Amino acid sequence: MAAELEIVSREALFDLALRLGDTSLVLGHRLSEWAGHGPLLEEDIALSNLGLDLIGQARSFLSYAGEVEGKGRDEDKLAFFRNAPEYKNLLMVELPKGDFAFTMVRQLLFSAFHLPLFRRMINSTDTTIAAIAAKAEKEMSYHLRHSSQWVVRMGDGTEESHARCQKAVDDLWPYTGEVFEVDNNARELIEAGIWVDPEYLRDEWNGTLDAVLNEATLKKPESGWMQSGGISGTHSEHLGHLLAEMQSVQRAYPGLKW
Amino acid sequence: MSAVGQTTTDNDLQTRAYQAAASVCDPEIPVLTIGDLGVLRDVIVDDTGKVKVRITPTYSGCPAMNTIAIDVEVALATAGFEEAQVELVLSPAWSTDWMSNEGRHKLRAYGIAPPVESGSRGSLFGVDKIACPQCGSEDTAIISEFGSTACKALYRCNSCLEPFDYFKCL
Repeated sequence: MAAELEIVSREALFDLALRLGDTSLVLGHRLSEWAGHGPLLEEDIALSNLGLDLIGQARSFLSYAGEVEGKGRDEDKLAFFRNAPEYKNLLMVELPKGDFAFTMVRQLLFSAFHLPLFRRMINSTDTTIAAIAAKAEKEMSYHLRHSSQWVVRMGDGTEESHARCQKAVDDLWPYTGEVFEVDNNARELIEAGIWVDPEYLRDEWNGTLDAVLNEATLKKPESGWMQSGGISGTHSEHLGHLLAEMQSVQRAYPGLKW
Repeated sequence: MSAVGQTTTDNDLQTRAYQAAASVCDPEIPVLTIGDLGVLRDVIVDDTGKVKVRITPTYSGCPAMNTIAIDVEVALATAGFEEAQVELVLSPAWSTDWMSNEGRHKLRAYGIAPPVESGSRGSLFGVDKIACPQCGSEDTAIISEFGSTACKALYRCNSCLEPFDYFKCL
Protein backbone atom coordinates (compact mmCIF):
# COMPACT_ATOMS: atom_id res chain seq x y z
CA MET A 1 0.00 0.00 0.00
CA ALA A 2 1.02 3.56 -0.66
CA ALA A 3 1.01 4.59 2.98
CA GLU A 4 3.72 2.11 3.87
CA LEU A 5 6.03 3.36 1.17
CA GLU A 6 7.73 6.42 2.49
CA ILE A 7 11.05 5.28 1.06
CA VAL A 8 10.09 6.51 -2.41
CA SER A 9 8.44 9.75 -3.31
CA ARG A 10 4.74 9.73 -3.95
CA GLU A 11 5.35 11.65 -7.12
CA ALA A 12 7.46 8.83 -8.58
CA LEU A 13 4.91 6.16 -7.70
CA PHE A 14 2.03 8.29 -8.99
CA ASP A 15 3.95 8.73 -12.22
CA LEU A 16 4.50 5.00 -12.67
CA ALA A 17 0.86 4.12 -11.97
CA LEU A 18 -0.20 6.75 -14.52
CA ARG A 19 2.29 5.51 -17.09
CA LEU A 20 0.96 1.95 -16.83
CA GLY A 21 -2.69 2.97 -16.48
CA ASP A 22 -2.67 5.50 -19.31
CA THR A 23 -0.91 3.09 -21.67
CA SER A 24 -3.52 0.38 -21.01
CA LEU A 25 -6.41 2.82 -21.22
CA VAL A 26 -5.38 4.40 -24.52
CA LEU A 27 -4.63 1.05 -26.18
CA GLY A 28 -7.89 -0.37 -24.80
CA HIS A 29 -9.75 2.56 -26.31
CA ARG A 30 -8.03 2.09 -29.68
CA LEU A 31 -9.11 -1.58 -29.67
CA SER A 32 -12.67 -0.62 -28.80
CA GLU A 33 -12.78 1.35 -32.07
CA TRP A 34 -12.80 -2.03 -33.85
CA ALA A 35 -16.18 -2.99 -32.37
CA GLY A 36 -18.45 -3.54 -35.36
CA HIS A 37 -15.54 -3.10 -37.80
CA GLY A 38 -13.56 -6.32 -37.33
CA PRO A 39 -12.53 -8.28 -40.43
CA LEU A 40 -14.66 -11.22 -39.26
CA LEU A 41 -17.09 -11.75 -36.42
CA GLU A 42 -14.74 -13.80 -34.20
CA GLU A 43 -12.01 -11.16 -34.48
CA ASP A 44 -14.45 -8.35 -33.82
CA ILE A 45 -15.27 -10.10 -30.54
CA ALA A 46 -11.63 -10.93 -29.83
CA LEU A 47 -10.53 -7.29 -30.23
CA SER A 48 -13.25 -6.12 -27.86
CA ASN A 49 -12.12 -8.74 -25.35
CA LEU A 50 -8.51 -7.56 -25.59
CA GLY A 51 -9.70 -3.99 -25.07
CA LEU A 52 -11.75 -5.07 -22.06
CA ASP A 53 -8.72 -6.68 -20.41
CA LEU A 54 -6.68 -3.53 -20.97
CA ILE A 55 -9.37 -1.18 -19.66
CA GLY A 56 -9.71 -3.43 -16.61
CA GLN A 57 -5.96 -3.15 -16.01
CA ALA A 58 -6.16 0.61 -16.54
CA ARG A 59 -8.91 0.90 -13.90
CA SER A 60 -6.71 -0.87 -11.34
CA PHE A 61 -3.64 1.24 -12.11
CA LEU A 62 -5.54 4.55 -12.21
CA SER A 63 -7.43 3.80 -8.98
CA TYR A 64 -4.09 3.16 -7.35
CA ALA A 65 -2.62 6.34 -8.87
CA GLY A 66 -5.46 8.32 -7.30
CA GLU A 67 -4.86 6.65 -3.95
CA VAL A 68 -1.12 7.39 -4.09
CA GLU A 69 -1.70 11.00 -5.10
CA GLY A 70 -4.06 11.47 -2.15
CA LYS A 71 -5.99 14.40 -3.61
CA GLY A 72 -9.32 12.64 -3.92
CA ARG A 73 -9.10 11.86 -7.64
CA ASP A 74 -10.54 8.43 -8.52
CA GLU A 75 -10.06 6.40 -11.72
CA ASP A 76 -12.80 8.32 -13.56
CA LYS A 77 -11.45 11.75 -12.58
CA LEU A 78 -8.02 10.72 -13.83
CA ALA A 79 -9.29 9.17 -17.06
CA PHE A 80 -11.81 11.82 -18.08
CA PHE A 81 -10.51 15.11 -16.66
CA ARG A 82 -6.88 15.25 -17.69
CA ASN A 83 -5.65 16.81 -20.92
CA ALA A 84 -3.20 15.23 -23.35
CA PRO A 85 0.00 16.75 -21.84
CA GLU A 86 -0.92 15.15 -18.47
CA TYR A 87 -1.16 11.69 -20.05
CA LYS A 88 1.92 9.46 -19.64
CA ASN A 89 1.11 6.67 -22.09
CA LEU A 90 3.58 5.24 -24.61
CA LEU A 91 3.29 7.00 -27.98
CA MET A 92 2.92 3.62 -29.70
CA VAL A 93 -0.56 3.05 -28.29
CA GLU A 94 -2.07 6.40 -29.29
CA LEU A 95 -1.42 5.98 -33.03
CA PRO A 96 -4.66 5.48 -34.99
CA LYS A 97 -5.78 1.86 -35.27
CA GLY A 98 -4.83 1.65 -38.96
CA ASP A 99 -5.66 -1.57 -40.79
CA PHE A 100 -5.92 -5.00 -39.18
CA ALA A 101 -2.22 -5.68 -39.85
CA PHE A 102 -1.20 -2.48 -38.04
CA THR A 103 -3.43 -3.29 -35.07
CA MET A 104 -2.10 -6.85 -34.79
CA VAL A 105 1.56 -5.89 -35.15
CA ARG A 106 1.08 -3.24 -32.47
CA GLN A 107 -0.52 -5.86 -30.18
CA LEU A 108 2.48 -8.12 -30.81
CA LEU A 109 5.09 -5.43 -30.06
CA PHE A 110 3.13 -4.31 -27.01
CA SER A 111 2.42 -7.71 -25.46
CA ALA A 112 5.89 -9.13 -26.23
CA PHE A 113 7.20 -6.42 -23.89
CA HIS A 114 4.41 -6.26 -21.34
CA LEU A 115 4.19 -10.01 -20.69
CA PRO A 116 7.77 -10.26 -19.30
CA LEU A 117 7.34 -6.83 -17.66
CA PHE A 118 4.26 -7.91 -15.70
CA ARG A 119 5.86 -11.26 -14.90
CA ARG A 120 8.73 -9.44 -13.19
CA MET A 121 6.43 -6.90 -11.57
CA ILE A 122 4.73 -9.75 -9.67
CA ASN A 123 7.78 -9.55 -7.39
CA SER A 124 7.44 -5.79 -6.89
CA THR A 125 7.97 -4.62 -3.32
CA ASP A 126 4.77 -2.60 -3.73
CA THR A 127 1.97 -5.06 -2.96
CA THR A 128 -0.68 -3.28 -5.03
CA ILE A 129 1.51 -3.07 -8.13
CA ALA A 130 2.39 -6.75 -7.61
CA ALA A 131 -1.27 -7.77 -7.32
CA ILE A 132 -2.33 -5.89 -10.48
CA ALA A 133 0.63 -7.38 -12.37
CA ALA A 134 -0.21 -10.94 -11.26
CA LYS A 135 -3.67 -10.54 -12.74
CA ALA A 136 -2.53 -8.78 -15.90
CA GLU A 137 0.30 -11.24 -16.62
CA LYS A 138 -2.14 -14.07 -17.21
CA GLU A 139 -4.19 -11.96 -19.60
CA MET A 140 -1.12 -10.73 -21.46
CA SER A 141 -0.01 -14.28 -22.26
CA TYR A 142 -3.23 -14.74 -24.26
CA HIS A 143 -2.76 -11.37 -25.96
CA LEU A 144 0.73 -12.36 -27.07
CA ARG A 145 -0.39 -15.75 -28.35
CA HIS A 146 -3.31 -14.23 -30.24
CA SER A 147 -1.26 -11.50 -31.96
CA SER A 148 1.63 -13.90 -32.71
CA GLN A 149 -0.70 -16.27 -34.53
CA TRP A 150 -2.21 -13.45 -36.61
CA VAL A 151 1.13 -11.89 -37.51
CA VAL A 152 2.38 -15.30 -38.70
CA ARG A 153 -0.81 -15.91 -40.66
CA MET A 154 -0.68 -12.51 -42.38
CA GLY A 155 3.11 -12.24 -42.77
CA ASP A 156 3.33 -15.72 -44.26
CA GLY A 157 0.06 -15.21 -46.13
CA THR A 158 -0.65 -13.48 -49.43
CA GLU A 159 1.54 -10.87 -51.10
CA GLU A 160 -0.91 -8.19 -49.96
CA SER A 161 -1.10 -9.33 -46.30
CA HIS A 162 2.68 -9.73 -46.18
CA ALA A 163 3.27 -6.22 -47.55
CA ARG A 164 0.80 -4.67 -45.10
CA CYS A 165 2.35 -6.52 -42.18
CA GLN A 166 5.88 -5.51 -43.11
CA LYS A 167 4.80 -1.89 -43.50
CA ALA A 168 3.20 -2.01 -40.04
CA VAL A 169 6.41 -3.43 -38.51
CA ASP A 170 8.50 -0.71 -40.22
CA ASP A 171 6.09 2.10 -39.26
CA LEU A 172 5.82 1.02 -35.63
CA TRP A 173 9.47 0.20 -35.07
CA PRO A 174 10.62 3.78 -34.17
CA TYR A 175 8.05 3.72 -31.34
CA THR A 176 9.51 0.64 -29.64
CA GLY A 177 12.48 2.44 -28.09
CA GLU A 178 10.22 4.18 -25.62
CA VAL A 179 9.43 1.02 -23.64
CA PHE A 180 13.09 0.92 -22.54
CA GLU A 181 13.21 4.56 -21.42
CA VAL A 182 13.98 5.23 -17.79
CA ASP A 183 13.63 8.73 -16.27
CA ASN A 184 14.64 9.86 -12.78
CA ASN A 185 11.32 8.84 -11.23
CA ALA A 186 11.57 5.36 -12.75
CA ARG A 187 15.19 5.05 -11.61
CA GLU A 188 14.11 5.76 -8.03
CA LEU A 189 11.45 3.05 -8.20
CA ILE A 190 13.81 0.53 -9.79
CA GLU A 191 16.25 1.04 -6.93
CA ALA A 192 13.44 0.48 -4.41
CA GLY A 193 12.45 -2.79 -6.12
CA ILE A 194 9.04 -1.46 -7.12
CA TRP A 195 9.63 -1.14 -10.83
CA VAL A 196 11.62 -3.29 -13.26
CA ASP A 197 14.70 -2.13 -15.13
CA PRO A 198 13.49 -2.58 -18.72
CA GLU A 199 17.01 -3.48 -19.87
CA TYR A 200 16.50 -6.87 -18.19
CA LEU A 201 13.60 -7.48 -20.57
CA ARG A 202 15.40 -6.66 -23.78
CA ASP A 203 16.71 -10.15 -24.52
CA GLU A 204 13.38 -11.85 -23.98
CA TRP A 205 11.62 -9.15 -26.01
CA ASN A 206 14.06 -9.60 -28.89
CA GLY A 207 13.81 -13.40 -28.65
CA THR A 208 10.01 -13.35 -28.88
CA LEU A 209 10.02 -10.96 -31.82
CA ASP A 210 12.72 -12.91 -33.67
CA ALA A 211 10.73 -16.14 -33.27
CA VAL A 212 7.44 -14.64 -34.46
CA LEU A 213 8.83 -12.46 -37.26
CA ASN A 214 10.98 -15.32 -38.63
CA GLU A 215 7.99 -17.63 -38.70
CA ALA A 216 6.02 -14.84 -40.37
CA THR A 217 8.80 -14.28 -43.00
CA LEU A 218 8.94 -10.64 -41.91
CA LYS A 219 12.07 -8.55 -41.47
CA LYS A 220 12.91 -6.97 -38.15
CA PRO A 221 14.14 -3.42 -38.84
CA GLU A 222 17.65 -2.40 -37.87
CA SER A 223 17.56 -0.47 -34.64
CA GLY A 224 17.76 3.17 -35.56
CA TRP A 225 16.42 6.51 -34.42
CA MET A 226 13.69 6.12 -31.82
CA GLN A 227 10.69 8.35 -31.14
CA SER A 228 10.33 9.67 -27.59
CA GLY A 229 8.00 11.88 -25.55
CA GLY A 230 5.08 9.96 -24.04
CA ILE A 231 6.53 9.72 -20.55
CA SER A 232 7.08 13.46 -20.37
CA GLY A 233 3.64 14.24 -21.79
CA THR A 234 4.75 15.30 -25.27
CA HIS A 235 2.26 13.48 -27.47
CA SER A 236 1.33 13.26 -31.12
CA GLU A 237 -1.79 15.08 -32.32
CA HIS A 238 -3.63 11.75 -32.31
CA LEU A 239 -4.00 11.58 -28.52
CA GLY A 240 -5.96 14.85 -28.36
CA HIS A 241 -8.50 13.54 -30.85
CA LEU A 242 -8.81 10.25 -28.99
CA LEU A 243 -9.35 12.01 -25.65
CA ALA A 244 -11.86 14.44 -27.14
CA GLU A 245 -14.04 11.49 -28.07
CA MET A 246 -13.37 9.35 -24.99
CA GLN A 247 -13.96 12.23 -22.54
CA SER A 248 -16.82 14.00 -24.32
CA VAL A 249 -19.68 12.68 -22.16
CA GLN A 250 -18.00 13.34 -18.80
CA ARG A 251 -16.83 16.78 -19.95
CA ALA A 252 -20.37 17.71 -21.04
CA TYR A 253 -22.08 16.20 -17.99
CA PRO A 254 -19.46 16.01 -15.21
CA GLY A 255 -20.09 13.20 -12.73
CA LEU A 256 -22.77 11.57 -14.88
CA LYS A 257 -23.48 7.95 -13.92
CA TRP A 258 -25.28 5.28 -15.90
CA MET B 1 -36.23 -8.28 10.17
CA SER B 2 -32.73 -8.49 11.48
CA ALA B 3 -30.41 -11.42 11.95
CA VAL B 4 -28.77 -9.68 14.86
CA GLY B 5 -29.81 -10.40 18.41
CA GLN B 6 -31.54 -13.66 17.61
CA THR B 7 -30.64 -16.76 19.57
CA THR B 8 -28.28 -18.08 16.95
CA THR B 9 -24.62 -18.73 17.52
CA ASP B 10 -21.94 -16.77 15.69
CA ASN B 11 -21.13 -19.86 13.70
CA ASP B 12 -24.68 -20.21 12.43
CA LEU B 13 -24.64 -16.60 11.35
CA GLN B 14 -21.36 -17.02 9.51
CA THR B 15 -22.61 -20.13 7.73
CA ARG B 16 -25.91 -18.52 6.76
CA ALA B 17 -24.20 -15.42 5.44
CA TYR B 18 -21.68 -17.49 3.52
CA GLN B 19 -24.35 -19.70 1.99
CA ALA B 20 -26.42 -16.69 0.95
CA ALA B 21 -23.45 -15.02 -0.75
CA ALA B 22 -22.16 -18.25 -2.30
CA SER B 23 -25.53 -18.96 -3.93
CA VAL B 24 -25.30 -15.89 -6.19
CA CYS B 25 -24.98 -16.93 -9.84
CA ASP B 26 -22.50 -15.59 -12.35
CA PRO B 27 -24.62 -13.37 -14.64
CA GLU B 28 -22.74 -14.54 -17.74
CA ILE B 29 -22.61 -18.26 -16.89
CA PRO B 30 -25.79 -18.62 -14.82
CA VAL B 31 -25.22 -22.35 -14.28
CA LEU B 32 -22.32 -21.53 -11.95
CA THR B 33 -22.49 -19.84 -8.57
CA ILE B 34 -19.74 -17.50 -7.40
CA GLY B 35 -19.00 -20.21 -4.84
CA ASP B 36 -18.38 -22.77 -7.65
CA LEU B 37 -16.19 -20.28 -9.52
CA GLY B 38 -14.04 -19.35 -6.56
CA VAL B 39 -14.90 -15.68 -7.14
CA LEU B 40 -16.20 -15.48 -3.56
CA ARG B 41 -13.16 -15.13 -1.27
CA ASP B 42 -14.62 -14.70 2.20
CA VAL B 43 -17.63 -13.61 4.18
CA ILE B 44 -17.25 -12.15 7.64
CA VAL B 45 -20.07 -11.17 9.99
CA ASP B 46 -18.92 -8.71 12.65
CA ASP B 47 -20.32 -8.22 16.18
CA THR B 48 -22.92 -5.73 15.00
CA GLY B 49 -24.26 -8.11 12.35
CA LYS B 50 -22.65 -6.19 9.51
CA VAL B 51 -21.38 -8.43 6.73
CA LYS B 52 -18.15 -7.91 4.86
CA VAL B 53 -17.81 -9.84 1.61
CA ARG B 54 -14.71 -10.06 -0.54
CA ILE B 55 -14.88 -11.06 -4.20
CA THR B 56 -12.17 -11.28 -6.85
CA PRO B 57 -12.52 -10.83 -10.63
CA THR B 58 -11.72 -13.65 -13.07
CA TYR B 59 -10.32 -11.10 -15.58
CA SER B 60 -9.24 -7.50 -14.82
CA GLY B 61 -11.98 -6.05 -16.97
CA CYS B 62 -14.73 -8.52 -16.06
CA PRO B 63 -17.91 -6.48 -16.54
CA ALA B 64 -19.90 -8.88 -14.33
CA MET B 65 -18.29 -7.69 -11.08
CA ASN B 66 -20.69 -4.78 -10.48
CA THR B 67 -23.71 -7.02 -11.05
CA ILE B 68 -22.27 -9.70 -8.78
CA ALA B 69 -21.66 -7.15 -6.01
CA ILE B 70 -25.27 -5.94 -6.21
CA ASP B 71 -26.60 -9.53 -6.35
CA VAL B 72 -24.57 -10.41 -3.24
CA GLU B 73 -26.08 -7.46 -1.34
CA VAL B 74 -29.57 -8.51 -2.40
CA ALA B 75 -28.97 -12.16 -1.45
CA LEU B 76 -27.69 -11.14 1.97
CA ALA B 77 -30.61 -8.74 2.52
CA THR B 78 -33.03 -11.53 1.63
CA ALA B 79 -31.29 -13.76 4.18
CA GLY B 80 -31.78 -11.08 6.83
CA PHE B 81 -28.44 -9.31 6.70
CA GLU B 82 -29.36 -5.73 6.00
CA GLU B 83 -25.94 -4.18 6.09
CA ALA B 84 -23.40 -5.67 3.72
CA GLN B 85 -20.25 -4.28 2.23
CA VAL B 86 -18.76 -5.92 -0.86
CA GLU B 87 -15.09 -5.35 -1.49
CA LEU B 88 -13.13 -6.19 -4.63
CA VAL B 89 -9.71 -7.78 -4.02
CA LEU B 90 -7.05 -8.56 -6.64
CA SER B 91 -4.56 -10.57 -4.60
CA PRO B 92 -4.01 -13.46 -4.81
CA ALA B 93 -4.96 -13.42 -8.49
CA TRP B 94 -7.90 -15.65 -9.40
CA SER B 95 -6.97 -18.88 -11.11
CA THR B 96 -9.07 -21.54 -12.83
CA ASP B 97 -7.64 -23.96 -10.25
CA TRP B 98 -10.07 -22.41 -7.79
CA MET B 99 -13.08 -23.64 -9.71
CA SER B 100 -14.69 -26.48 -7.77
CA ASN B 101 -15.06 -29.97 -9.26
CA GLU B 102 -18.79 -29.57 -9.02
CA GLY B 103 -18.43 -26.34 -11.00
CA ARG B 104 -16.48 -28.16 -13.72
CA HIS B 105 -19.20 -30.83 -14.02
CA LYS B 106 -21.91 -28.18 -14.20
CA LEU B 107 -20.00 -26.34 -16.93
CA ARG B 108 -19.61 -29.46 -19.07
CA ALA B 109 -23.27 -30.36 -18.65
CA TYR B 110 -24.11 -26.80 -19.75
CA GLY B 111 -22.10 -27.25 -22.97
CA ILE B 112 -18.94 -25.33 -22.00
CA ALA B 113 -15.64 -27.25 -21.90
CA PRO B 114 -14.09 -26.72 -18.44
CA PRO B 115 -10.51 -25.38 -18.11
CA VAL B 116 -7.64 -27.86 -18.45
CA GLU B 117 -4.21 -27.59 -16.81
CA SER B 118 -2.48 -24.25 -17.23
CA GLY B 119 0.77 -25.79 -18.56
CA SER B 120 0.60 -24.55 -22.14
CA ARG B 121 -0.58 -21.02 -21.36
CA GLY B 122 2.88 -19.58 -21.74
CA SER B 123 3.69 -21.13 -25.11
CA LEU B 124 3.69 -18.83 -28.12
CA PHE B 125 1.97 -21.05 -30.63
CA GLY B 126 0.76 -23.85 -28.36
CA VAL B 127 -2.89 -24.81 -28.50
CA ASP B 128 -4.55 -26.85 -25.77
CA LYS B 129 -6.18 -30.21 -26.49
CA ILE B 130 -9.76 -29.66 -25.46
CA ALA B 131 -12.44 -32.37 -25.32
CA CYS B 132 -15.82 -31.56 -26.87
CA PRO B 133 -18.42 -31.13 -24.08
CA GLN B 134 -21.10 -32.65 -26.34
CA CYS B 135 -19.54 -35.90 -27.60
CA GLY B 136 -16.27 -36.10 -25.64
CA SER B 137 -14.08 -36.27 -28.76
CA GLU B 138 -10.60 -34.74 -28.50
CA ASP B 139 -10.55 -34.06 -32.23
CA THR B 140 -11.33 -30.35 -31.85
CA ALA B 141 -9.97 -27.14 -33.37
CA ILE B 142 -9.77 -23.60 -32.08
CA ILE B 143 -11.80 -21.00 -33.98
CA SER B 144 -10.84 -17.99 -31.86
CA GLU B 145 -8.76 -17.42 -28.71
CA PHE B 146 -11.48 -15.03 -27.52
CA GLY B 147 -15.11 -16.09 -27.33
CA SER B 148 -18.40 -14.65 -26.14
CA THR B 149 -16.86 -13.42 -22.86
CA ALA B 150 -13.31 -12.57 -21.77
CA CYS B 151 -12.96 -15.92 -19.98
CA LYS B 152 -13.84 -18.13 -22.94
CA ALA B 153 -12.36 -19.26 -26.28
CA LEU B 154 -14.35 -20.57 -29.24
CA TYR B 155 -13.76 -24.15 -30.46
CA ARG B 156 -15.27 -26.51 -33.00
CA CYS B 157 -15.58 -30.30 -32.69
CA ASN B 158 -14.40 -32.16 -35.80
CA SER B 159 -16.30 -35.31 -34.76
CA CYS B 160 -19.81 -34.07 -34.05
CA LEU B 161 -19.25 -30.71 -35.85
CA GLU B 162 -20.71 -28.68 -32.97
CA PRO B 163 -19.08 -25.36 -32.08
CA PHE B 164 -18.54 -24.87 -28.35
CA ASP B 165 -17.15 -22.47 -25.76
CA TYR B 166 -14.06 -23.38 -23.77
CA PHE B 167 -13.45 -21.80 -20.37
CA LYS B 168 -9.81 -20.72 -20.71
CA CYS B 169 -7.15 -21.59 -18.22
CA LEU B 170 -5.80 -18.73 -16.18
